[in-house]
Amino acid sequence: MMLDTAGNGTLIIIAVMAVVTLFTRLGGVLVMSFIPINRRVQNFISAMSGSVLIAILTPQAVNGDGGARAALLATGLVMLVLKKPLPAIAAGVLTAALWRQML
Amino acid sequence: MDTYAAQAQLDRQDTWLGFKQLLPLSFFVAAFGLAFGLAAHQTGLSDTSIVLMSAAVFAGTSQFAALDIWGLQVPLVPLMITTFAINARHLLMGATLYPWLRHLPPAKRYGIMLFASDANWALAMQQFHKGERALGILLGGGMAIWSFWMVGTWLGIRFGSAIEDPVSIGLDMVLGCFLLAMALGARKDLRTLAIWIVAGVTSMAAYWWLPENSHVVVGALAGGALGAIWMEKGE
Repeated sequence: MMLDTAGNGTLIIIAVMAVVTLFTRLGGVLVMSFIPINRRVQNFISAMSGSVLIAILTPQAVNGDGGARAALLATGLVMLVLKKPLPAIAAGVLTAALWRQML
Repeated sequence: MDTYAAQAQLDRQDTWLGFKQLLPLSFFVAAFGLAFGLAAHQTGLSDTSIVLMSAAVFAGTSQFAALDIWGLQVPLVPLMITTFAINARHLLMGATLYPWLRHLPPAKRYGIMLFASDANWALAMQQFHKGERALGILLGGGMAIWSFWMVGTWLGIRFGSAIEDPVSIGLDMVLGCFLLAMALGARKDLRTLAIWIVAGVTSMAAYWWLPENSHVVVGALAGGALGAIWMEKGE
């Protein structure tokens, strides 16, 4: 089925996207309310919370351009040394910018 | 279980504190919003619908993806599948927050989730694991991000052409660097490392060989599965 972008079509498209996204925001909490939380479930979800981050980042690092990789490397190094997120992020973004301006 | 209940308190002060804690990052979010406002404007969406989309969907990557398939007509099913696949990670975020959210009444529990996005979720989880209260970060931080996303969107519609190429000045890396900083703030032991390796390898495999946008969910579930098999000692 096709939705026209003319007239009210755009509003329907936005509504569809909003509802699907709302479902993802609320669905995880809703599903968990039916699952008894024992130690194993607890371990599963806490392991999953770190894994989400890694699963977002790995393809960025592997398939990204040199600037993206250098940025993540810079962020990692600064974070390990200073243990402060803001300088680490600033270093990363700056590195990406410099890399892409120079090369 | 009592520690979860103690960490699950939320009041006005915590919310305000969370708002302030996410402010620095929110400026970058505004830059993304600007990029979206500009791109949507150039795609030909009306100003009202651009603002409405940012306000109601509040999930940048999927909004950019919608612009990709924009034309005189937009296919309904691909639109739904793409939106779902890109935003499915919210399902996992909600699940990871559940041990704390369950102590709230349902209206608050689901109300807070309206503001869930990558950055405030990641910071909240980091604070929770340090033993702090973090629902304020989730709600207040989410409000900060939402507000600046809106401001950015509006600026993009009006003055977007001022930033010609956000990628060349590294703006596309803000969220990635933020999430990496959050990950590195976590506990470091052999078990965590093993879980991360499994998450990284499986997400990469999914990225290469499975349908587009499935990698986050696949990697996270694989990492979670290892965590359920190799459990933390004690309690």
